Amino acid sequence: MKTVLNDRRSAVSSSRRAFLKFTASAAIGGGLTLGMVLPVRGEIRDSLTTDAPFAPNAFLRIDRSGKVTFVMPVIEMGQGTYTSLPMLIAEELEVDLDNVAIEHSPPDDKIYANPLIGLQLTGGSTAVRGFYEPLRRAGATARVMLVTAAAQRWNVEPSSCYAVKGTVVHKATGRRLAYGSLVDDAAKVPVPEKVALKAPGQFKLIGTPHRRLDTAGKVNGSAKFGIDARLPGMKFAVLAISPVFGGKLASVDEAKAKAVPGVSQVVRLDDAVAVVAVHTWAAKQGLNAAAPKWAAGPNAKLSTADIVAQLVSASEKAGAVARHDGDAAGAIARSARKVEAVYQQPFLAHATMEPMNCTVQLTKESCDIWVGTQIPGITQSVVMKMTGLKREQVRIHNHLLGGGFGRRLEFDGTVRAVRVAQQVEGPVQVTWTREEDIQHDMYRPYYYDRLTAGVDAEGKVTGWSHRITGSSIIERYSPAWIKDGVDPDAVESSANQPYGLSDIHVEWVRQEPPAGIQTSWWRGVGITRGTFVVESFVDELAADAKRDPLAYRLALLDKNPRARRVLQIAAKQSGWDRKLPARQGRGIALCTGFGSFVAMVVQVSVDKSGAVTPTHVWCVVDCGIAVNPDTISAQMESGIIFGLSGVLHGEITIKDGRVEQTNFGDYRVLRINETPRINVHLVKSPEAPGGIGEPGTSCVMPALTNAIFAATGKRIRKLPVGGQTRTA
Amino acid sequence: MITLNVNGKPRNLDVPDDMPLLWILRDVLGMTGTKFGCGAALCGACTIHIDGQPTRSCVLPVSAVAGKRITTIEGIGATSAGKAVQAAWLALDVPQCGYCQSGQIMSASALLASKAKPTDSDIDGAMAGNICRCGTYPRIRAAIKRAAGVAAKEQAGSVSDKGR
Repeated sequence: MKTVLNDRRSAVSSSRRAFLKFTASAAIGGGLTLGMVLPVRGEIRDSLTTDAPFAPNAFLRIDRSGKVTFVMPVIEMGQGTYTSLPMLIAEELEVDLDNVAIEHSPPDDKIYANPLIGLQLTGGSTAVRGFYEPLRRAGATARVMLVTAAAQRWNVEPSSCYAVKGTVVHKATGRRLAYGSLVDDAAKVPVPEKVALKAPGQFKLIGTPHRRLDTAGKVNGSAKFGIDARLPGMKFAVLAISPVFGGKLASVDEAKAKAVPGVSQVVRLDDAVAVVAVHTWAAKQGLNAAAPKWAAGPNAKLSTADIVAQLVSASEKAGAVARHDGDAAGAIARSARKVEAVYQQPFLAHATMEPMNCTVQLTKESCDIWVGTQIPGITQSVVMKMTGLKREQVRIHNHLLGGGFGRRLEFDGTVRAVRVAQQVEGPVQVTWTREEDIQHDMYRPYYYDRLTAGVDAEGKVTGWSHRITGSSIIERYSPAWIKDGVDPDAVESSANQPYGLSDIHVEWVRQEPPAGIQTSWWRGVGITRGTFVVESFVDELAADAKRDPLAYRLALLDKNPRARRVLQIAAKQSGWDRKLPARQGRGIALCTGFGSFVAMVVQVSVDKSGAVTPTHVWCVVDCGIAVNPDTISAQMESGIIFGLSGVLHGEITIKDGRVEQTNFGDYRVLRINETPRINVHLVKSPEAPGGIGEPGTSCVMPALTNAIFAATGKRIRKLPVGGQTRTA
Repeated sequence: MITLNVNGKPRNLDVPDDMPLLWILRDVLGMTGTKFGCGAALCGACTIHIDGQPTRSCVLPVSAVAGKRITTIEGIGATSAGKAVQAAWLALDVPQCGYCQSGQIMSASALLASKAKPTDSDIDGAMAGNICRCGTYPRIRAAIKRAAGVAAKEQAGSVSDKGR
């Protein structure tokens, strides 16, 4: 099963390929600069910019004071990348982590001319997985060059020297030279083709909890997100997009808008209007006064029920085959009985805390963009196409992201801002209100899954058949990733689910929502969809067999020791066998994806009115070698809370062609008083590092609904839980 | 013309009476530490202090705050509660994306200024209006306790237990 955002093997192999290209040069102002190509998404680069020549997209620079700077193409959106990636370099370079500074690629610096070539993407829990080897190799390469430079100066063999804490030491004499004094000579040393990397047992930094490097600015208000860009002469715009999907702007009261003090301009787009003013407040007032009228178009009467009806009807047809082992149909026909279920997962918004925004300054010769994006490279290409400008004329000034979760893997916000800027003199910041952000998100697809299993007299599964129906993000995002008519993301964690089944058939039916509604990545991508369905259905099979859900799973995992181990530890830590009072229950789930193994037990309490309160989550993670354990705990807590918001409350519904939800009042997310106690346990493992940003979200959703079943006997097959357990 | 007292400094401004303080801070004064999240007092990202009271600046008309003490994230470190909260936030690495954290710190500082040893239910009451999509709530709770000097379990080895 080859998957795109999630496949550990592809990330590692493409990184090896690309990393063979290494360049060294003397830095301006002295020092050593090592250029490298980091394989942020090799597949995207191949499919979208075949014309891109080789050019480094990341740099390691050591200056004459010994300070190490890593100029990186990956962005920070809360996941801790700005700390874990420097740890990889510092480990092999033999410097203290405090000596490694991080820079966004500076677009106006000659050294980094065009550093954004190739396409960059931060997502799919790929950063540490993709860079684990390349960045250690970069650190080791620079270290070997520095050691060689010192040995040449002392006229000794490099093998008689070693590096420690930013200095090279000659073993026999104890002579020492600091890296800073060696960088100019090291820049002239040929780049070694092969360098040895440390064995995990030799790690000093990797595996040790380390403070994040980006915290200080985030506690004193100085951290700059895209929305914080402030430029001389900058104007502020607020945008309204047609509330009905696919609708067009019909009319707008420009005179009334301009009567609002501070409003300078009304910008009409085909499907949107923006009011430009001296500050966001005036722009917002101006937009209210403009009272735009819309031509609703073909979706005027569209509702969620229509979209679901289309999915139901599509799910009755055969689909593209994602996996076919043995004879599932025959096994089910011959079985003692059949178990069938349909699962439905709703459209979901991302609701990042930082609403969509983008600042643009467009001239005839250039386009400067200030934004926080997971895809600076793709965004640059799209803006080139829109404006006719050359690559070096389109400069993306990337910022910290006030939450990504997949939303900032899209460029729609930037495209709209550039369209506005095409009509505005000077720099303009375009901000979406929270209502716009929720009502014009690119939503997690609505998924409709049908499953049938045959079971024998003891309840053991003999055949498994699964048909997934939903829209394809990949068809739009990168069609080259579609293999044999199957969207690998849409069938993730289903075609390659972890349980040992000899007769299994999995297929996929593509069914897009009506034009105007776009679907996109959401935290956990296809694995979140697949894990909910498979873990719910296995739980149903266990209940059908009147077996313990843990024992039932373990019996199907005899060839999967890492999965067994996380489940067993989670059970032990949660006191799985201990009885609970009435109306309380524990649910278990397993998530194998992103190269990691996660098991969770969720405990819930359901009161007499049917209100569900998750009280405890025990989370056990085997993500291979843990680079920064503290970040892993933080990411698991984060993923769990994000997933609980989704499973309990998350739902975007459509009526009369419009999204019904507007703001955090009706698109509910978890708050501190609703957050359960969370225990995260890390399993020590020598395996290659797996991703940790997303599996927490994927795993907690079925663990929660399985816990509701244990507490109440009610099986949740349609998300969110919402009011389904209510008795009054 | 209106005169505001922002972090102890007088600021003379020519702005509409009904303009929310949030946009004055961000777009007129260029103080971007205070964040826009919802515009409807639902998420707490814009929390500032008015005479020490935590207040959502996105729905607070400027006319209501003339002559009052306005404290923002840029100035909270000058108060003893704010300083303790920022130190605890750093020590426990609370922020992830960081966008909501100005508001979280302002709410937490106001809580500690009024209640030196808050209980879990005090923390729930004071912090439930501040949303964090990264789910830093367990660390927020632990950091408030740390700032207050009340027992909160530190991270031990590979096992974290930062719940209530």
